[in-house]
Amino acid sequence: MARAREPLSFAQQLDRLEEIVRRLETQELDLDEALKLFEEGIERLREARERLTAAEAQVKQVLSDKAGNLKVEDFDG
Amino acid sequence: MGQSLDLFAAASPEGAWTVTQVTRRARAVVEAGLLPLWVRGEISGFKAWQSGHWYFALRDRSAQIRCVMFQKDNRRLPAPPQDGMQVFLFARPTVWEDKGEFRLTVLDLLSTEAGGLWQLAFEKTKAALAKDGLLDPARKRPLPPYPLRIGIVTSPDGAALQDIIAVTGRRWPMAELLVLPTRVQGEGAEQEICAALALLCRVEGLDLAIIGRGGGSREDLWTFNHERVARAVAALPVPVISAVGHETDVTLCDLVADVRAATPSAAAEAATPDRADVLVELAHLGARLARGLAGRSGRVAERLDRTFDRLTGTLERRLERHRHELSGLAGRLDALSPLKILERGYALARDEQGRVLKRVVQFPSGLRFRLRVTDGEVAARAGES
Repeated sequence: MARAREPLSFAQQLDRLEEIVRRLETQELDLDEALKLFEEGIERLREARERLTAAEAQVKQVLSDKAGNLKVEDFDG
Repeated sequence: MGQSLDLFAAASPEGAWTVTQVTRRARAVVEAGLLPLWVRGEISGFKAWQSGHWYFALRDRSAQIRCVMFQKDNRRLPAPPQDGMQVFLFARPTVWEDKGEFRLTVLDLLSTEAGGLWQLAFEKTKAALAKDGLLDPARKRPLPPYPLRIGIVTSPDGAALQDIIAVTGRRWPMAELLVLPTRVQGEGAEQEICAALALLCRVEGLDLAIIGRGGGSREDLWTFNHERVARAVAALPVPVISAVGHETDVTLCDLVADVRAATPSAAAEAATPDRADVLVELAHLGARLARGLAGRSGRVAERLDRTFDRLTGTLERRLERHRHELSGLAGRLDALSPLKILERGYALARDEQGRVLKRVVQFPSGLRFRLRVTDGEVAARAGES
């Protein structure tokens, strides 16, 4: 897959994965095309799993400063 | 009876009191003799002044008393009472000197109607929200399945926030929680919540909002029944989960939110998928992916086989046809063979070099040549012509 891909949100990633699986299951594809889809699917799967397992919940607080600008800081509640 | 015991001693015109003296004295007597007390009756002639003070009469079948409820006392109430409403007043009896009027200074007011003033105010605001379509079920937005950024409008030191953080951390630690700290009850809480909601509207990449507090009395929850708060919740650009109060006490904030949760923990559960479930789902997708490819390559192999069969079939048929043609050709070739002609009695003359001799000039007298007949060759010589 030489084509550059935009970073997808987790939901988009799962949607894409779902689409790949559906195409593999239902469409008449060349073996070459099927392999390409499969490879992308495996890659998406790996990324999604990585995102799921690496995460650590973050808590921040949002305040507004005197000028009315958003201010995001760590929350220690 | 001594003079001092006579409250209004003015037996002769010479000792006449001024109006001010009488009313002041009457007021002192009333206030000393009647401590603040509960009075019940029906509201009549209610009027709210610009100053915020309320004026009305409390009456029953045979009597009435003028009443005032000052703004500092009535602002704790959700709504003004209406004429004809049966109420209990906690009030201090007094005399209003400049009008010479006996009256009650009302300190608290309870309606005996179903739900009382709170219900009345609630219904009124609810009707206003409904009129603008804010309670329409069709407005409810679905929650995003995998939220990554969740805004939380609540008290920074309440149990509600700790519950939300704990549940999210356990189920879906991928989410970033953005807390917008605000007071959730008491004077000014309404404005703080509206400001926090306005701030939340400006946060980028927000997937979802939770607005909530732990339980509390009906009065404690009242902040979330304010029209401004309800409208600010409805105006959020992302789906909102409201977790205010109890099962039994629905607030207007709950009604305009996309989803209502009974507790802050339940709100966090509604907001997030369970990571373990998503991992299982991923495993399923992985299995389908593998099966999909296997099925695909199986089908391709089958197709290859079929193609091969067809190819070889064609080839064989073609070869068969060729074989046929070849044998025909061989027959024809055979017929053309000179040997066949020789069989019929002809002979072929060739010189020593093997050249075929066809004409008389090619046979000078005495030329040695060879004659090919059907079963062999004979040597020959040209004679005198």
